[in-house]
Amino acid sequence: MALSGLQIYKLLPQTNCKECGYPTCLAFAMKLAAKQAELANCPYVSEEAKEQLAAAAAPPVRLVTVEGKGHKVEVGNETVLFRHEKTFFHRPGLFVRVKDTTPVAEIKAAVSAAMGYSVEYVGMRLHLDGVAVEAASGDAATFKAAVAAVLEVTDRPLILMAAGAGLLEAGLAAAEGTRPLLYAATKDNWEQVAALAKAKNVPLAVRAGSLDELAELTEKIKGLGVEDMVLDPDVRDAASTLVTLTQLRRQALKKTFRPLGFPIITFPGEGAADGLEETMLAAQHIAKYGGFIVLDRFSPASAYALLALRTNIYTNPQEPIKVQPGIYEINNPQATSPLMVTTNFSITYFSVANEVDGSGLPGWLLVADAEGMSVLTAWAAGKFDAERIAKSVKSTAIESKISHKKLIIPGHVSVLLGELEEALPGWEILVGPREAVDLPGFLKLWSA
Amino acid sequence: MTVELHVEKWAGSVLQVTLGATASEGGTRARTVTVGGETTLPFLHFEGQIPNPPRIAIEISDQYPGDWSPLLLKAWGDAVNDPAAWAQAAEKAGADLVLLQLSLTKDGGAPVTAADARAATRAVLQATGLPLLVFGPGQVDADNELLVAVAEEAVGERIVLGICEEKNYRTIVAAALAHGHLVNARTAMDVNLAKQLNILISDMGMPLERILMDPTTAGLGYGIEYGYSVMERLRLAALQGDKMTQLPMLVTPGYEAWRQKECKVGEGVPASWGDWEERAVLWETITATALIESGADILVMRHPEAVRRVKAFIDRLMAK
Repeated sequence: MALSGLQIYKLLPQTNCKECGYPTCLAFAMKLAAKQAELANCPYVSEEAKEQLAAAAAPPVRLVTVEGKGHKVEVGNETVLFRHEKTFFHRPGLFVRVKDTTPVAEIKAAVSAAMGYSVEYVGMRLHLDGVAVEAASGDAATFKAAVAAVLEVTDRPLILMAAGAGLLEAGLAAAEGTRPLLYAATKDNWEQVAALAKAKNVPLAVRAGSLDELAELTEKIKGLGVEDMVLDPDVRDAASTLVTLTQLRRQALKKTFRPLGFPIITFPGEGAADGLEETMLAAQHIAKYGGFIVLDRFSPASAYALLALRTNIYTNPQEPIKVQPGIYEINNPQATSPLMVTTNFSITYFSVANEVDGSGLPGWLLVADAEGMSVLTAWAAGKFDAERIAKSVKSTAIESKISHKKLIIPGHVSVLLGELEEALPGWEILVGPREAVDLPGFLKLWSA
Repeated sequence: MTVELHVEKWAGSVLQVTLGATASEGGTRARTVTVGGETTLPFLHFEGQIPNPPRIAIEISDQYPGDWSPLLLKAWGDAVNDPAAWAQAAEKAGADLVLLQLSLTKDGGAPVTAADARAATRAVLQATGLPLLVFGPGQVDADNELLVAVAEEAVGERIVLGICEEKNYRTIVAAALAHGHLVNARTAMDVNLAKQLNILISDMGMPLERILMDPTTAGLGYGIEYGYSVMERLRLAALQGDKMTQLPMLVTPGYEAWRQKECKVGEGVPASWGDWEERAVLWETITATALIESGADILVMRHPEAVRRVKAFIDRLMAK
């Protein structure tokens, strides 16, 4: 938790020497609290105060990075329990698990399918993040071969899963040049596994069956010099996962309890009887505090649903989501199909596009750049006026695609009719319905 | 090391609302269903009481729903032609509640009349012992005409009449008041609008224990995060003691998921969307899953497999 100006003041020399450039130590402390000054500007601050201030400034949930040869995944650094309080920052990594007991050719095929998968969603290309390779065989050579096989077909980051330091070391040797997450240190093996993580400078997952044991273990491991950790509280069911992950996030944020201030790894497949159940659990982990989510099953349909949900939940609620302004074709429009205009606020766009799409009727949807505001808000703010609409009509060259010159505007901005007729000479401006839901009925009556 | 749990002390709780009335209570329902009553956030049993699990209402239609996805029509079979048979099928599929959605027109285009709405309501009440919700077609004049008739027909049954919106709630609330029913209050994904409509409705004399609030849902991929966060904010406000937000929440993941292309159609979509039926059931299921995590008390759903899955998941979340 960040310190207040007064708390920082208590750690300063309180001599008002002015060498930092501020008139008093208190003024300097206030600037530090507001992150507008650097502690290094104080020549007399004690080492002890420096440490305390640095510790207080550390994020409550540590940022942990894993890297493949071509991609990296960062999780952690979260600052809120609910997305509306600010936003969730680092989307949980979605990993797919393979076991080294599977024949190498099958491993490669499974990894290629899952890592090669991508889906287009509101103009973004979404994909899964990496592969967890498990040493289910218990044999170092087999594990090493499996890791090598996985890296032949993907450049995404790995999670290496094995029971002990020896196996993990074999996996790491095959994963040279990447920064995988090691899974996992337990009360039985932590010394060796932590020493390995320290030596190779890779993050380490820590598993324990209670929060007490988990906190004890992370403290011990930190004592060996490992800073980047990930927590597995060893819960797998829906109810216990929700409760435990919520508690972990609260410990980090509400209590600034450092021993539990790390991202969390989950295994929804281990608590599920089939793919749909696994997807439901993974959805819960996306909404409620998962950091790395390791899936046991891959199917395009469930990957799409989880990727869409992750994008939605991790969207910054303080920034409207915009769609790209331009012309959108719905149901293969022809030259005689109707032309409608709306704003580029994503929900507005979706409402309109879905209604037209659902009606089965073809249409051209002109999305004007209204800075991500809805129709009425944008109109009130002057971001969806005759000038802007006329500009988007012209800049998109829609005239060359249609044989008529009729433009349907949202009913809420019918007042723009006159101005638009002036701004778009030769065009007929039609006032459409106020609500998108009434568009299908309106379009049925359309004739060019 | 002993980790001291962080437990929030909430000042408020969600009101309990009971749907349906048994014979001894003046109705004919085999049982009633109570929702709400939470004294903590969803499923955090260590912190407070969750006396009632979220409940599932299966949506049925008074007319053959020609605009529904073929997958839904297939799943329900012949039942879609007859609301009474459909209500029975819904009960068999595990519904806690039945939601009868009235249409604007009949096959052939003639308007659904008050007499039609009465007949459908009566048939459904006779076919199932589950508590009932009846929603109008969503057009002001038709809603008022049909729902007043439905309220009269179902007198004493404590059905839920919907949808009350700011632009049209008086007639529906008056009908519910006169005949001992409940109402569903829908607003457009906004905490203050929700509070305001609850105030307007309770100002007409409707006890809060007879109002459900419907903050409006969006489907997965289509703005679900807006509804999700408004629900979380409403629930936090309720737990912090803001009276006008302490109503159980009704949401409509079935309608919202099945109006999206991801559910509706199997052809002409990207291959990366995967198998149609798997995706469609998933879409409704995951939409509903996200909504129970954010505080939904009643989920209105459509596909029997999605219902089965979400019910099982709720059971797991309710296990302490």
